[in-house]
Amino acid sequence: MNRADLNNHGDLNLQVDLAGIKLKTPVLLASGPAGYGHEYRELLDFRTLGAIIVKGISLEPWTGNLPPRLAETSCGLLNAVGLQNPGVEYFLKEDLPALRNSGTKVIVNVVGCSPDEYAAVTSRLDGKEGIDGLEINISCPNVKAGGMAFGTDPKATAKLVEKVRRETELPLVIKLTPNVTDISTVARAAETAGADGLSLINTLAGMLIDTENQKPLLGNTFGGLSGPAVMPVALKMVWQAAAAVRIPVLGMGGINSADDALQFIMAGARAVAIGTGLFYNPGLPVEINKGLAGYLHDKGYNSLAEVEGVARRQKGAD
Amino acid sequence: MVAPGFCRLSLEAPKIAAAARPGQFVQVYMFSGRRPMLPRPFSIFNANPGQGQISFFIEVKGPGTAMLAAAKKNETWSLLGPLGNGFPAMPEGSLLVAGGAGIAPLVFLAASTQKERLLIYGAPSATMLTCPSSDLDLPGLITLEATEDGSRGEKGTAPELLAVKIKEASAVFSCGPCGMLAAVKSLCVSHGVPGWVSVEERMACGIGACVGCVIKTGNGYRRVCKDGPVFPVEEVVFDEQG
Ligand SMILES: Cc1cc2nc3c(=O)[nH]c(=O)nc-3n(C[C@H](O)[C@H](O)[C@H](O)COP(=O)(O)OP(=O)(O)OC[C@H]3O[C@@H](n4cnc5c(N)ncnc54)[C@H](O)[C@@H]3O)c2cc1C
Ligand SMILES: Cc1cc2nc3c(=O)[nH]c(=O)nc-3n(C[C@H](O)[C@H](O)[C@H](O)COP(=O)(O)O)c2cc1C
Ligand code: FES
Repeated sequence: MNRADLNNHGDLNLQVDLAGIKLKTPVLLASGPAGYGHEYRELLDFRTLGAIIVKGISLEPWTGNLPPRLAETSCGLLNAVGLQNPGVEYFLKEDLPALRNSGTKVIVNVVGCSPDEYAAVTSRLDGKEGIDGLEINISCPNVKAGGMAFGTDPKATAKLVEKVRRETELPLVIKLTPNVTDISTVARAAETAGADGLSLINTLAGMLIDTENQKPLLGNTFGGLSGPAVMPVALKMVWQAAAAVRIPVLGMGGINSADDALQFIMAGARAVAIGTGLFYNPGLPVEINKGLAGYLHDKGYNSLAEVEGVARRQKGAD
Repeated sequence: MVAPGFCRLSLEAPKIAAAARPGQFVQVYMFSGRRPMLPRPFSIFNANPGQGQISFFIEVKGPGTAMLAAAKKNETWSLLGPLGNGFPAMPEGSLLVAGGAGIAPLVFLAASTQKERLLIYGAPSATMLTCPSSDLDLPGLITLEATEDGSRGEKGTAPELLAVKIKEASAVFSCGPCGMLAAVKSLCVSHGVPGWVSVEERMACGIGACVGCVIKTGNGYRRVCKDGPVFPVEEVVFDEQG
């Protein structure tokens, strides 16, 4: 194949339908690293993205955790931002209008300290022009109340999802935590309670100690690990979740190349999201799109759907 | 290498050189295949729009700075910048206070004007005063050195020297370790002299998106990469341990 062929996959179809959201490409920005999109729009053409999932939004503004909030690990990143966000009213007024014409779909990550707060944020976001779906974050390890507490207990997960479901017709994706012993039960609980899709993984709980100062490196003591270090763990959990449910799965955790992304698709993910990888290389989403299209072309596939879950079928896992 | 553990790195970056203001910084990307590292932030030490060049003054601390210190001629690196707010214009009679590698943004600042200005450059000992004297040889700039062990210049710390000189200063501009900046803050506040400091925090995106690089200020948490790295000194809240 010559170079011209390699760069011309215009006829190839990278579109996917994630929980009722039609995505131009299967590469999304994960919630958090890109904030509300303003800054990365200068570095990255958002039309190449399936969607941006904006950083977690609560009812009132949250100030976030004490610094330092970041620490680099071997092939990974530990963060304890603590869901600092300006609150839902500010988001609707100041962030959403710019996102509406950014050239990509918008999924809003919802957080709260109580089921009532999740429901209240959801109802404020419901029906707003420019919001294509919601990702309910029941998996943040960096906040004391709420967050991960809901996502580690299948009963609490089901209750929360039912409550939020009543507030909106928007596609509902539930974001799961890897900090559980059995991802399948939580995945099934979310599906039964009315989720349209699942996304995973959020970060793995962890910490580091500064031996010079003899104290934890992060201001919050504990943080969440992301980046290539977590990729095999994430892949396994996506595999397991995809086996447990019929709704589509958005895979993420350490994706840093087109090959990583393909592995998630082959494990059963409908689409993938990039978080930490964007820090290493803001051009990563474009690279992944190219790599996926190149793979489909080389292997003679017409769409990504043909490779979704293939590794599972190879193993007779379905 | 300009001294053990320090290097001065010049790069061709015409767009950054043309746009850079003193106090701004650049993210240097560290692509390395399957073992990626976050980009590393460095203050702009020198910008020459005519030649399309910028330079950094780097203290080797870990893997990223070691890679940069080992960079060879004609290698290509990905850069993002100039980033951050930079220092405000410097009035006549300003005092610049640098600690260790914190000299980097202040050399660019000092080179941006011909106005009367004094640089206090402090370090624990003479071997840590690593900035090449040719870079400090600027028209009208007077440099006072301070070492804690007295091995060069005045014996004492940069803030101790600042305490003597601040009465004549119209403004103070400073960059260095946290402890030093905290001392600069109390001197500025007690003498009623306006001051600006360039601070550091660990970064990821470098452009204001991830809210990972915040510091505590009188106005809540502020992002070093976007709201800073230069802050009015009275705004910054220094913890006792820094
Ligand atoms: C705005 C800004 C401007 C800077 N300008 C310069 C400069 O002109 N010259 C220079 O030598 N250094 C500068 N630094 C610090 C420099 O970015 C770090 O020393 C470098 O990232 C360390 O990378 P490493 O891989 O070599 O070491 P690592 O192993 O990553 O770290 C070594 C040590 O440096 C500390 N460190 C790591 N990243 C940072 C950071 N972003 N801020 C503060 N400490 C950090 C770590 O805690 C550790 O103690 C600047 C930092 C910031 C935020
Ligand atoms: C700095 C940072 C902030 C994050 N903020 C959020 C958030 O607000 N809500 C959320 O659901 N996940 C958040 N995450 C988790 C990511 O969306 C993602 O699930 C995780 O980082 C794994 O993917 P990655 O390895 O590609 O980063 C954050 C991650 C990072 C690194
Ligand atoms: S490093 Fe991301 S906001 Fe400053």
